[in-house]
Amino acid sequence: MKNNQILPHLYRTEYRKIIAVLARLFGFEHIQVAEDIASDTFLLASETWADGKIPVNPAAWLYTVAKNKAKDYLKHNTVFDQKVSLHLRAETTYAELDIDLSDANINDSQLQMMFAICQPAIPAEAQVGLALRILCGFGIDEIADAFLSNKETINKRLFRAKEKLREQQVKIEFPDNQEINKRLETVLLTLYLLFNEGYYSTSGNTNMRKDLCLEAMRLNYLLIENRATDLPQVNALFSLMCFHASRFEARIDKNGEIIIYDEQDSSLWNDELISRGTHYLIRAAKGNQLTRYHLEAAIAYWHTQKADSAEKWKNVLQLYNKLLILEYSPMAALNRTYALAKAEGKVQAIIEAEKLTQLTDSHLYHSLLGYLYRDIDHEKALQHLQTALKLAKTSQEKNQIKRNIKDLDAT
Amino acid sequence: MNDFLLIFRRDESIENKFTPEQLKEATKPWQDWMGSLAAQNKLADRGNRLDFDGRVIKPGAVVTNGPYVEVKEVIGGYTVIRAASLEEAAEIAKGCPILNANGSVEVRQIVQMAM
Repeated sequence: MKNNQILPHLYRTEYRKIIAVLARLFGFEHIQVAEDIASDTFLLASETWADGKIPVNPAAWLYTVAKNKAKDYLKHNTVFDQKVSLHLRAETTYAELDIDLSDANINDSQLQMMFAICQPAIPAEAQVGLALRILCGFGIDEIADAFLSNKETINKRLFRAKEKLREQQVKIEFPDNQEINKRLETVLLTLYLLFNEGYYSTSGNTNMRKDLCLEAMRLNYLLIENRATDLPQVNALFSLMCFHASRFEARIDKNGEIIIYDEQDSSLWNDELISRGTHYLIRAAKGNQLTRYHLEAAIAYWHTQKADSAEKWKNVLQLYNKLLILEYSPMAALNRTYALAKAEGKVQAIIEAEKLTQLTDSHLYHSLLGYLYRDIDHEKALQHLQTALKLAKTSQEKNQIKRNIKDLDAT
Repeated sequence: MNDFLLIFRRDESIENKFTPEQLKEATKPWQDWMGSLAAQNKLADRGNRLDFDGRVIKPGAVVTNGPYVEVKEVIGGYTVIRAASLEEAAEIAKGCPILNANGSVEVRQIVQMAM
């Protein structure tokens, strides 16, 4: 690795570890102190290493500096001292204060931090933002890029979220066994949104999108490695992510534009991720709780089978039925209708599609009808695609619809 | 939009004779129908099936075994849907698979209780 790449790389991998360990030590109400110490540590590294004098073990160097800064802070800040000393064992002197940056403690701290951040008290997008900042070590500008927003908005959003968590007196600790299922629901939803933010983002930064997905998978895997959270729904979500991620290389072209499923080169699909997805889907098939992650993972499994078969689409249709009965979403309603067309024919699907009157202002709805009417009623197909073009917002969506209109005219 | 309770009645004695395979086949039209309603965001609560056995309690703590009146009028299950009017709810109920099994659907608007 080149010298000028080492620091950004370490920032991504080590910043979050230092924060999690320090914040756990100080308590969530002092998370700002943990963030400041971590930031100061990296600032010192960038100054000290500027002339190429990079230590042999740079991560250990960062840990030592962070520990010393934490101890200095405790020594010199009496107000903080009085409050924080409640958290720390009374007999501990600062000199012997153990700031444990072992792998085991880092993992524990990150898991506990995950539960601390994922709270229904703050909006879902703030949870995802905090997860990116604190659990994944993303910079504010990167988070702004992911949300297609700006730095001020993100800063404000994260600040408000931290205030709210402080007011709620959130603790950085592992939930009780009785509580774990309920608390996991929020954690899993945040990881699911984090993954989707990367997978479906329209940001042009392809690498950043991939990083978001990988971070969601890393955090999900931490939950699988921990015995208390290695539960069926956790495995199901991980399986879903593996199946989706298997198409990463195939679904984005060199300009960062999405290649739709039907047009993907399936030789680019990642077989290893597909088999990992299958492995975790089997692990998820325990207990008696069927979650949306189970259903979505099963649907994603069928999509790893490129060949169209009656069996595939009949199964996908029933899975979408179950998913919708569990929880309505516009995407699931549209995808169910597509699966119905594949399983039982376009005529039947058109009847069902025209009942979805709640979706008539969505370009995806009209694109779907454009597809369904193709080869059945050319005029209607064209009308729907033109409506879709009017409703579409991004240039990427518009380009795809224009291609569909061109294809239609060619028939 | 209002919520409507759909009460399904059928001859429960038929179903008891189903093999597991037939029962699985019989649930598909239900999944399709409910999936279709859910896709329109008109399924408020998928509801549940009810067990055939039951008890009826009458004044004087008289307990009798259900089912009641005639076997084919036993309530087999219920679902809650969302619709703009009783007419729309009844229209939706016309698609219910129970009608192909000689059963019936009762449609009733749910009225919020003032607490």
